[in-house]
Amino acid sequence: MASEGDRRAGPEVAARSSKVLGLGAGGPRGVAIAVASTVVFFALLVVAVTHAPGWPEVHRAFFSWAQFRTTLPEISRAFLLNVKIFCIAEALILVVALLLAVIRSLPGPVFFPLRALAIAYADFFRGVPTILVIVLLGFGAPGLGLKSVPTSTTFWGIVALVLVYTAYVSEVYRAGIESVHPSQEAAARSLGLTRWQATRYVVLPQAVRRVIPPLLNDFIGLQKDTALVSTLGAIEALNQAQIDVNASFNFTPYLAAALLFVAITIPLARFTDWLVLRDRRKRQAGGVR
Amino acid sequence: MSALLLEGLRKSFGRNQVLRGVDLEVEEHEVVCLIGASGSGKSTLLRCVNLIEPIDAGRIVVGGEEVTRRGIDVNRVRRRIGIVFQAFNLFPHMSVLRNVTLAPQAVLGRSRAEAEARARELLGRFGLADKTSDYPDRLSGGQQQRVAIVRALAMDPELMLLDEVTSALDPELVAEVLELIRELAAGGMTMVIATHEMAFARDIADRVCFLDGGVILEQGPPDAIFTAPREPRTQQFLERIVAAGRM
Amino acid sequence: MPTTLELMLRALVVLVALVLAPAALAANCPTVSKGTLTVGTDNPAYPPWFGGNPPPGSPWKVSDPRSGEGYESAVAYAVASQLGFKSTQVVWKYVPFNKAFAPGPKPFDFDVNQISYTPARAKVVSFSNSYYDVNQAVVVLKGTKIASVRNVKGLRSFKLGAQLGTTSYLYIKDTIKPSHQPAVYPQNAAAIQALKNKQIDGLVVDLPTAFYITSAQVQNAKVLGQFPTTPGGEHFGMVFAKGNPLVGCVNRALARLKANGQLAGIRQQWLAKATGAPVLK
Repeated sequence: MASEGDRRAGPEVAARSSKVLGLGAGGPRGVAIAVASTVVFFALLVVAVTHAPGWPEVHRAFFSWAQFRTTLPEISRAFLLNVKIFCIAEALILVVALLLAVIRSLPGPVFFPLRALAIAYADFFRGVPTILVIVLLGFGAPGLGLKSVPTSTTFWGIVALVLVYTAYVSEVYRAGIESVHPSQEAAARSLGLTRWQATRYVVLPQAVRRVIPPLLNDFIGLQKDTALVSTLGAIEALNQAQIDVNASFNFTPYLAAALLFVAITIPLARFTDWLVLRDRRKRQAGGVR
Repeated sequence: MSALLLEGLRKSFGRNQVLRGVDLEVEEHEVVCLIGASGSGKSTLLRCVNLIEPIDAGRIVVGGEEVTRRGIDVNRVRRRIGIVFQAFNLFPHMSVLRNVTLAPQAVLGRSRAEAEARARELLGRFGLADKTSDYPDRLSGGQQQRVAIVRALAMDPELMLLDEVTSALDPELVAEVLELIRELAAGGMTMVIATHEMAFARDIADRVCFLDGGVILEQGPPDAIFTAPREPRTQQFLERIVAAGRM
Repeated sequence: MPTTLELMLRALVVLVALVLAPAALAANCPTVSKGTLTVGTDNPAYPPWFGGNPPPGSPWKVSDPRSGEGYESAVAYAVASQLGFKSTQVVWKYVPFNKAFAPGPKPFDFDVNQISYTPARAKVVSFSNSYYDVNQAVVVLKGTKIASVRNVKGLRSFKLGAQLGTTSYLYIKDTIKPSHQPAVYPQNAAAIQALKNKQIDGLVVDLPTAFYITSAQVQNAKVLGQFPTTPGGEHFGMVFAKGNPLVGCVNRALARLKANGQLAGIRQQWLAKATGAPVLK
């Protein structure tokens, strides 16, 4: 049976879903206007594009249904390599970047060399284009001819992506750590907790929770950058699409690959939005009353 | 052996000399209230005792052990002293129960069952039994501050330092916290309390210390200080308090 | 009996016809830019398809298409001459592989870049007739396990590679059918580095390119062998915009070059070394 609370919750839920979908607050009339204007906008766009002089040729070259249907299965299979690289890389990045961020925040002159190294690392790998790191490592490292160095392109692709993204993610963690008020650490220390215990039990849990949204943003960027491993010869989705494009001289396989990437990132992006909203509500509920 | 001995404590922040030679001795089971204007150094003093701030000169002796000597294990000292701040600083990502059991488990090595039993006992004693699984943001200010005090008590400290613990609370919530402190005092806890609540100080303190100009200008039993202060500056301070309607 | 005058007149007519024939051709053979034949190819331009050193400041790398040296460059100039263009009227344009078949008007008259004819591709662009019948070959490092393989079956357990855009990858997938996923590289340089790094065991390329790689690019590599000609054969054709009437003109030019032996001569000059590899069955 609906209670007072449930009845109040209804419009609140609708308002929240409106926000998640980007519709803004405005009630049913607002939604109707939003939908109508969207339809009109896209209708105009479609008309403009399909009446362009080169449209038939572009249609055949980029939007061939026959091509799409025949190449999608093998591109999807190749996409599994992207997913594999991305899962392994992300797991490593989450851990290594946290380590780097903690190193960066170690106090005192005795830790200066470590901090300096961490800063240099982050600066360098954020500055160098990801594709260069992949190519230099993917061809350079096996080129050294050392017996113990693996030659697998998947291996070096993952290593390169971990090196680059750890730099970005460690900065995100660092921002999170610094956003935790120093009084939290002070309170923990005053109870007798060691510096490490205070970091582990009090600071880091709060820091990580606060930066989940930007972490997920980097996560999404990483998913797309797995396509760069194609330069090393590995047949992942982009490479398979390129093979099909060059075999048939038709560009539609690129579209198929693009759709696969988007298919994975859209739910993740919405999930991030939802997490941001939830986190904001939680934080606003806290504080001194 | 006194519970706490401060000799010639000096502390500066940059060019600002906050403590200019504080001497204080606190006996076991004694309740000492620190009063003084804002910026007189009450908070700084307490933070120095808990080794949060390093001192520039002087000695601090806690229960016979000099804690300002070289090579002291700071964490071990802090286990023996409980400090509660004005901004309660509860850990927002942990439940009330976990806030209280974290340090006993991590620092004192107590088992989870042991720590939780003790935590529930303390929380129950101070009227917070039904809040154990709540998160801090669900509690009122008064409840949060009481939890903060319980959190410090769970470590079984020899000495409790309370730094203006009611100053951030709405007036109607102050009473419940003062009640808790009263109980602690009645139970024999050695306490140094920095406070603006003069009526409370008068009521609970064994001794009142007036901090002014970085030193303890005057100290004595509450009746002596509040009704017949010797120093003119003490008189001025108390007159201002009365005028502000706080006593 | 024809008089001397008549004989001379006939000779004159033949001479004029021979001279004018290319010009007559030119009249029905429209080009993108009037009076110029625009030929496209990729950069770097590799031997034995292109030769000559690019002068300093030239955008072309490795070889210079404008030199007339190298098989494809020579063929292009020979075709141009048949169409009535002097070598100074031939303009080379850098066309990345993708752009050769992108929709929309082409910035070149034809593209010559070791592009194999396939029926699927012929739906999108127009191909000239063959200017070279090609066999695929495999390049390996000397002294490695794969170097002792003698037939196609033996190749199956190794990791092979090919360059993107070539039919070599299709050949690996459809004919060799290896047990390891092959690798496909966007550029020649990447594929060769992978071979040197032993990231791949064998690189499948067309036979002339295979000989170039072993002679100039990878010191301790050898051409393990070539694959037998597939039924119907694989051949390179020049790529035109679909329906470009110039295709017919170029096909007639190629026919003449084959008939008068010029094409064979060019092949002899630039691809003579690209023979003699054992056939792997």
